[in-house]
Amino acid sequence: MECQECQKRPATLHFTQVMNGTKKEVHVCEVCAKEKGYMTYPEEGYSLHNLLTDLFNFESAPLGNTSGDTFMPPKELQCPQCEMTFTEFKRVGKFGCATCYHTFSNRLDPIFRRVHSGNTKHHGKLPKRKGGDLHAKKQMESLKTELKHLIENEAFEEAATVRDKIKDLEKQMRGENE
Amino acid sequence: MTLQQFMNEAISPWMREDGPDSDIVLSSRIRLARNFAEASFPLIANQEDLEEIKSFFQSEYEHKSFQDYQDFSFVPIRDLSPIEKRVLVEKHLISPHLAKHADSAATLISENEQVSVMVNEEDHIRIQLYFPGLQLDKALKKAFEFDDWLEEKVNYAFDETRGYLTSCPTNVGTGMRASVMMHLPALAITGQLNRMIPAINQLGLVVRGIYGEGSEAVGNVFQISNQITLGKSEEDIVEDLQSVVQQLIEHERKARIRLVEQSSTRLEDRIYRSYGVLEYSRIIESIEAAKCLSNVRLGIDLGIIKNVSRHILNELMILTQPGFLQQYAKKTLTANERDVLRASLIRERLQLEK
Repeated sequence: MECQECQKRPATLHFTQVMNGTKKEVHVCEVCAKEKGYMTYPEEGYSLHNLLTDLFNFESAPLGNTSGDTFMPPKELQCPQCEMTFTEFKRVGKFGCATCYHTFSNRLDPIFRRVHSGNTKHHGKLPKRKGGDLHAKKQMESLKTELKHLIENEAFEEAATVRDKIKDLEKQMRGENE
Repeated sequence: MTLQQFMNEAISPWMREDGPDSDIVLSSRIRLARNFAEASFPLIANQEDLEEIKSFFQSEYEHKSFQDYQDFSFVPIRDLSPIEKRVLVEKHLISPHLAKHADSAATLISENEQVSVMVNEEDHIRIQLYFPGLQLDKALKKAFEFDDWLEEKVNYAFDETRGYLTSCPTNVGTGMRASVMMHLPALAITGQLNRMIPAINQLGLVVRGIYGEGSEAVGNVFQISNQITLGKSEEDIVEDLQSVVQQLIEHERKARIRLVEQSSTRLEDRIYRSYGVLEYSRIIESIEAAKCLSNVRLGIDLGIIKNVSRHILNELMILTQPGFLQQYAKKTLTANERDVLRASLIRERLQLEK
């Protein structure tokens, strides 16, 4: 496949660019990628990070509210932990610390959606330490729904077993927290 | 294990074993990005915090072992010469980023070089685990176990909604990049790969050439990896990658058979010419070397060239990189000197096979 910009060299960078909701496939050679600004750090090779900062930057314009705060300068969001501002985050394309995720939390969904094909929530491995707790919480929820269901259907024998399970789990959770 | 051993051997010990489908898949890798909950990410953290993290890794893990990963060496990057840094990058034991931000960076490397932990890269912790051939499931399982082992002592930055928190939004969630290195000469020769890349991209996977300058796919070695880290479980990501890799393997095998059937003389000519160049040239540039090595390796896989080890591609690809050549010569070399040494090393290596 040849580069879509120069139509001479073979295309070596291939990616899908999502701009204003429309998908565009880009196939370019490295020289054109640099020239057209798809890539600015040649030694890092891959251009995604640079693409990202571009994505963040136009995110605020079309999505930001256009009314109301024209005469009140909006207060700059700043992370209390590492002092990174949201403007700085958009410029660099990197978070400063774990707390940034909470500080900027309201404004991250559109960014994550763009980067991760529409996803905003984690569905994977949990740290063991926090995981134990989380697993128990989720299990508890489903047991309680089950119990409610069984009682509504007057299946009292099964309900009793489920109730015992809930008690055991409660004990277990209390034990873990001590 | 001393640093010298990492430097002298082009092939990591784990590469000497053949994995499944190793005629096409060179290696499978799982990388996990993790951070300490308390400290700022390396990009903006202050020097003391980073030094503290570094010494934590030295005191807790130097010479420790976990399962098959024995006797971790702790290597502060700033103690390395430029050539030594380059060698570790060429062996994929550290990233170019780590080599460049040497001040407070370090790495832990297991004796068999199967696991390396980069400390204070873009994230505080980057775990890398390799397996020969196509073994993504196994690599993921081992990476998880290793991750749990580190977690016994490290309080990871984790959020119930966002998952593992990383410096770059492209890594958040699982923090996992799974990748497979593949030798795809027949798909590249016939131009089929370029037609397949857009479809692969649609699945959230990235294909890129490795080796050679920039991102040109010299030597027909490609890396396929996941782009998305948020919203899908690690197992699902690996499964998607695995199924695409399996399809690529099938297509590559079919394309090889077709090449043999339809243009066997041309193919043999191509392979033997490359073999001749490697065996007799006195000056060879890295791009030409990589092209010839790819052809010879294809010849070995097809049974056209006999009595030469399959490992020759993996080994000479690394051995003939600029850093390694200079490490071998024990001095800095000009480009011309490197081309001469490269040619002579390749000749010697082929002689060994006889």
